[in-house]
Amino acid sequence: MEVPILKQGDFLIATIQAALADADLLHLRAALLQQVVRFRSRGVIVDVTSLDVMDSFASRTLREIAQMIRLRGAETVIVGIQPEVAFAMVQLGLKLEHVATALDLEEGLAHLKRKSESPA
Amino acid sequence: MDNEIQVPINSDQDIVIARQKGRLLAAALGFSSVDATLMATAISELARNILTYAKSGEIRLTAINGSARRGIRLVARDQGPGINDIQQALRDGFSTSGSLGLGLPGVRRLVDEFEIVSEKNRGTTVTAQKWKP
Repeated sequence: MEVPILKQGDFLIATIQAALADADLLHLRAALLQQVVRFRSRGVIVDVTSLDVMDSFASRTLREIAQMIRLRGAETVIVGIQPEVAFAMVQLGLKLEHVATALDLEEGLAHLKRKSESPA
Repeated sequence: MDNEIQVPINSDQDIVIARQKGRLLAAALGFSSVDATLMATAISELARNILTYAKSGEIRLTAINGSARRGIRLVARDQGPGINDIQQALRDGFSTSGSLGLGLPGVRRLVDEFEIVSEKNRGTTVTAQKWKP
């Protein structure tokens, strides 16, 4: 199942669906990087609201996406991690270190706007 | 017992199928959303280990509908190379956090009972149980 990527101004928004296999995540990683380059995007939001399981592979791939996009000079925010998913991630020992997270799409966009207005 | 589900694990798609079946079974048994997610996550990790280390195997889910308690038994079985040092594999930090690796200490925290039997070149069987509180 391919992840739709939406362009909104300087930002890209990828909305992950529930039944995401490893190959789809790797495809998302490649597609996001390609589009960040193509559109000279300043920020990326990965919306995981529908994702019902975040296992080691998914969290590692999200970390890689954020790192690659940072090397392009853009920022990534993961939004919508469900409370049960957050609970399972902590129990499993998974971390999304150095990756920005926000409650939902709106807060994610607000975060990216702040970042692009006042680059650190 | 008709409440047994068997999912062959041969590809990354099968991981998704296994965890979805686990979630449905958990919901049918009246597990909370949190517990169903913990179960689905455990299934995902164990199925991933099968794929990574043994290439193929199976996940078996059994509903335990006893008078005293209800729960799910999860068996992940493969005929892969086996685990050399189970004690080491169960130690936190043996697999680099969140990356590849067995991640077994993490899976153990997601369930209530956990057991591994492994024999070199014969395969590994992980049995885990989660009870409905």
